[in-house]
Amino acid sequence: MGVITYLDHAATTPLRPEVAAAMAEVHAAALGNPTGSHPPAQRARRLLEEARDEVAALMGREPGEIVFTSGGTESANLAVFGTLAAALAGSPAGTWSGESAGVGDRPLVLCSAVEHPAVRASCRAAGERWGVGVVSLGVDGAGVVDLTALAEAMSEQARLVAVMLANNETGVVQPVAAVVDAVRRRSARPWVFTDAVQAAPFMDLSEATQGADLVSVSAHKVGGPVGAGVLAIGSQVPLSPLQHGGGQERERRSGTQDVAGAVGLATALRLAARERGASAGRVAALRDRLADGLLAQIAGAHRTVPTRVATLPGHLHLCLAGVEREELLVALGDQGVCVSGGSSCASGALQPSHVLAAMGVPDDLARGSVRFTLGWGTSGDDIDRALSIVPAVVASLRRHA
Amino acid sequence: MRVLVAMSGGVDSSVAAALLVEQGHQVVGATLKLWGGPSDSGCCSVADVDDARRVAQQLGIDHHVFNLSEEFERHVVTPYVDAHARGRTPNPCIECNRSIKFDRLLDRSDRLGFDRLATGHHARVTGGTPWALRRGADPAKDQSYVLSMLGQDALGRVLLPVGEMTKDAVRAHAVALGLRTAGKPDSQDVCFIGSAQGRSAFLSGRMEFHPGEVVDGRGQPAGSVDAMELVTVGQRRGMGHGSDGRRRYVIAVDLPARRITVGDAVAALTSVVVLPAGTVTWVAQPLVPGDRALAQMSAHGRAAPCGIERTDDGLLIRFDVPQRPVAPGQTVALYDARETDAVVGAGIAA
Repeated sequence: MGVITYLDHAATTPLRPEVAAAMAEVHAAALGNPTGSHPPAQRARRLLEEARDEVAALMGREPGEIVFTSGGTESANLAVFGTLAAALAGSPAGTWSGESAGVGDRPLVLCSAVEHPAVRASCRAAGERWGVGVVSLGVDGAGVVDLTALAEAMSEQARLVAVMLANNETGVVQPVAAVVDAVRRRSARPWVFTDAVQAAPFMDLSEATQGADLVSVSAHKVGGPVGAGVLAIGSQVPLSPLQHGGGQERERRSGTQDVAGAVGLATALRLAARERGASAGRVAALRDRLADGLLAQIAGAHRTVPTRVATLPGHLHLCLAGVEREELLVALGDQGVCVSGGSSCASGALQPSHVLAAMGVPDDLARGSVRFTLGWGTSGDDIDRALSIVPAVVASLRRHA
Repeated sequence: MRVLVAMSGGVDSSVAAALLVEQGHQVVGATLKLWGGPSDSGCCSVADVDDARRVAQQLGIDHHVFNLSEEFERHVVTPYVDAHARGRTPNPCIECNRSIKFDRLLDRSDRLGFDRLATGHHARVTGGTPWALRRGADPAKDQSYVLSMLGQDALGRVLLPVGEMTKDAVRAHAVALGLRTAGKPDSQDVCFIGSAQGRSAFLSGRMEFHPGEVVDGRGQPAGSVDAMELVTVGQRRGMGHGSDGRRRYVIAVDLPARRITVGDAVAALTSVVVLPAGTVTWVAQPLVPGDRALAQMSAHGRAAPCGIERTDDGLLIRFDVPQRPVAPGQTVALYDARETDAVVGAGIAA
């Protein structure tokens, strides 16, 4: 590999040295299983619970509300399936399609049209399994959830409302507090789940997810290791576990806990919180310099999200006319510039973005979409390199079109 | 040279990639995602992408997956359905080669800075300005028919590394290299039609079928069919026997009139096929009226000697010896009358 200009933090972030060091300490500590009773087990338990306390404080939750998982996808699955299964447990027939009179009585899941595939797929699968209706909550052209549509879609049938805190593709920040408000005005019944995976590096989760019943976080999006995550579950929320076994995490997620992962996650969140004030400004400035430079040097380049809309400071999403994003990614990758074009399918190929489709971005513009995401490790040199490479690559691709 | 290899996950393209690496080229593999629906044909499913990726890893080359499913739907699948609705018998693999593999993918490889695009097809490109397209070394596996529509522009940018090898040699090479696809069976069917589903099930989900009456050469009723659109000129299956005990073949399909004409093997023979001008392509120099050639009407059919004549609107191929009829929509590949392994051009039967 030549020089790498890494601008794909939304896909994964480099492991922070402090996190690596903290985890190495745990690995070297010869701990026992946290559920055991002897000294090494006690030590493991202590480290786990310290991590839990720290994560809880940073998320504005009680420690008992923190469940450690294997990452954002497991957290999303647990949030959706866990809450619906628990609600189902009270229903005699096993599904709702039996005795309920008609469509009007069918329980509903309200899921924003721009949710991460883990959330969308979970809602869809739960819908198929239990006959639950899945209502897609539309967004406006800027990608922000339409609160009027949400209010209209709300009913006594709603059991779960899923609106992410910030979108992984565009970085658009959703008005979660307003979402919670709109939901509660109509009914006290549904649980509100917010995917905070992308937001975690840059937003105060305690503040931003207040009122949400379930919140997910993923370690490797915030400078921590792959394989560790959190689902914060309000103590009032009944949840059926997906993973059965020894009853760990207060019966919500069985399996020997990954102590090193939990410590890594807590360390990463702690660093993010400590640096947030300075980091958000620094990253936003670098992002804006990148944006200004690219828009100036590349004809037919459009910001996908209007500047008036609140986005995460590290996200820059552009649509480039006359360019195929698959080719752009390969050509940029050849020069060491690492960016992303959206979500991949099972075969590893890019698929059309449901987020851009929900925003009404025309197909021909969406074909040229590219996402740059900056993070804790991004420097001015990265931006300089990107500005010297990206316009030339785009010009070259267009020349041969 | 920088070479992009189209890797389907099959043994031919795996060995093609291996040969290029051995020859010292800078090789990158790419698998096309063309079809998102059910497929068990052994070409380009998720499992096949995985096979291709692992072979790439064994060879130490980068691997990409390109999603051309939208273009594939537009240029291959939709025309396939439309052709059936018009009573024609298309060849989607040829359409895929024409508009996807040797068009879009070829252009993409140019844009990404590759000198050549390579595939695992059993055929040969020889010479150089002008380029010649020749049959592969293994007559049983020759795929020059499905590449017969290519011209100088494409041929000059394409490499066909396994064309000089027999299929057995290709497999042996794969085994010697320990490639995981060495024992994988060849894909047989159209990649977007699963063998369990079959063509009629695939089409019935996308179009209406119409029943039709079957008549013999004298216009006498001879049966009926439920779906005219599934009947092909030259078809014997399902047509039964005439009163003389001879097997019947489809001679003509008249979709608007809802009538299929059948006849015995002799009556079904034809001496000519017309290739409309808009469908004719040439590898290099065009044939002209009066020229001789060999015409091949299917992927592994025997090429028949013929003469070239002109019609108002294209070429008329006149066979020396009457042949089984060519269904409208089928590709006719023309080979040189003297250098019989060299493709001269191709057209689509009217």
